[in-house]
Amino acid sequence: MAQRQSFQIGTGLFIVLGFLALGYLATQTTSLANYRQGDSYTLKVEYTNIGQLKLRAPVKLAGVRVGIVSSIELEPEKLQALVKMSIDKRFNQIPDDSTAAIFTSGLLGDQYVAIQPGGSPEMFKDGDQFVLLQNSMQLEELIGKYLLGGDSAKKADAAPDKAAAPANDAAPDKAAAKPNIAAPDKPAQKK
Amino acid sequence: MSAVRKPLSPFTGGLEQIGACGLFLVQILRAVPRSFRHFAETVRQIFFVGAMSLVIIMTCGLFVGAVLGLQLYDVLSRFGSSAMSGTVVAFALYRELGPVVTALLFAGRAGTSITAEIGLMRATDQLDAMEMMAVDPIAYVVAPRFLAGLIAMPLLACIFNALAILGAHMVCVSWLGLDNGTFWSNMTSSVDVWIDVANGVWKSIAFGAVVTLIATFQGYTTSPTSEGVAYATTRTVVFSSIATLAIDFVMTAFLM
Repeated sequence: MAQRQSFQIGTGLFIVLGFLALGYLATQTTSLANYRQGDSYTLKVEYTNIGQLKLRAPVKLAGVRVGIVSSIELEPEKLQALVKMSIDKRFNQIPDDSTAAIFTSGLLGDQYVAIQPGGSPEMFKDGDQFVLLQNSMQLEELIGKYLLGGDSAKKADAAPDKAAAPANDAAPDKAAAKPNIAAPDKPAQKK
Repeated sequence: MSAVRKPLSPFTGGLEQIGACGLFLVQILRAVPRSFRHFAETVRQIFFVGAMSLVIIMTCGLFVGAVLGLQLYDVLSRFGSSAMSGTVVAFALYRELGPVVTALLFAGRAGTSITAEIGLMRATDQLDAMEMMAVDPIAYVVAPRFLAGLIAMPLLACIFNALAILGAHMVCVSWLGLDNGTFWSNMTSSVDVWIDVANGVWKSIAFGAVVTLIATFQGYTTSPTSEGVAYATTRTVVFSSIATLAIDFVMTAFLM
């Protein structure tokens, strides 16, 4: 009987150890670890292009993770992407003229939202929306700008057989450039 | 299995083995409800195949993790992405190495002992004696070992993975000086519970079933001589290693 008890204890220990290991792997080493979030508040941004930004992508301030992207949806009437971020309550000292930019970690890494703090004495509150923003950089657009330069007429001469293509290329160029310029005029409206 | 039967060609002989093994699996599955009457036996078997394998699994896990960490740190730093070492170690372990290496170790450590034990029972006519006493040897001897393998294997694989991650952490962070936060945060931002961790668990359950099925089948159908038991034990290791790696490929293709 004593021997039987000892192997039952051994079996019990083994099973408990096994499930502890599974729990450890599942909660500490996977994306579940990022769900551990205390109280948080929501901030919104409207982007014209979010690139490869995904749900639960990190939101960073000065490179430090302060929250996650909690929802991404398209606003049907504005045709813009509304990105909601839930920011940890501990970081409630973000000035309301901060910029929310979509950056890429490393050259080929995942995209994340980087908050660049402004200087306003007013802080963001729950549900506030960023007025200053920077859309996702599209590598193709950047390369396109480089290759095609600003002078589309010269290029059209150089490649007359692709006459249709430059016209198409030029339009997104301007569209891409526009939001970056357009962004600062929004705070002007606010004033 | 009469001695007068004509010897089969290797091809038909192999087919016969596979067919007999499949029928044996059906027999085991039928006997599983009856084996619950001897549940203490299953617990005892979990102790023997699971708890007694802990030392080898934990030691090997630590070393496999450490060597993975070392290799990947070295290779990835050539591309300037040594920060991803922890992530790649976790992917490699959860999806492939954890379940597969555990299954190979399990076949060597527990599969052989199952085959030898059942084979000796066959050789010493204990299985026949059980049948004479109206005790179904499949329900009393085989099914508990099969269940034990099925339960123990995923737990062993998880313990292997956890120890391997600690080994990789030890090498990358404590020894090679990778940043602790980088190691963990890169891992947690890329590894997914349902895609990666669960993948490995499904695999290890399948491997547990296959390895114990082969081990019990080889033991149960061994020729009742000491030479026969020796062959059966060897075949257990060979066949379960091949089956593990082949099923691993098929399951990976399905689970992608």
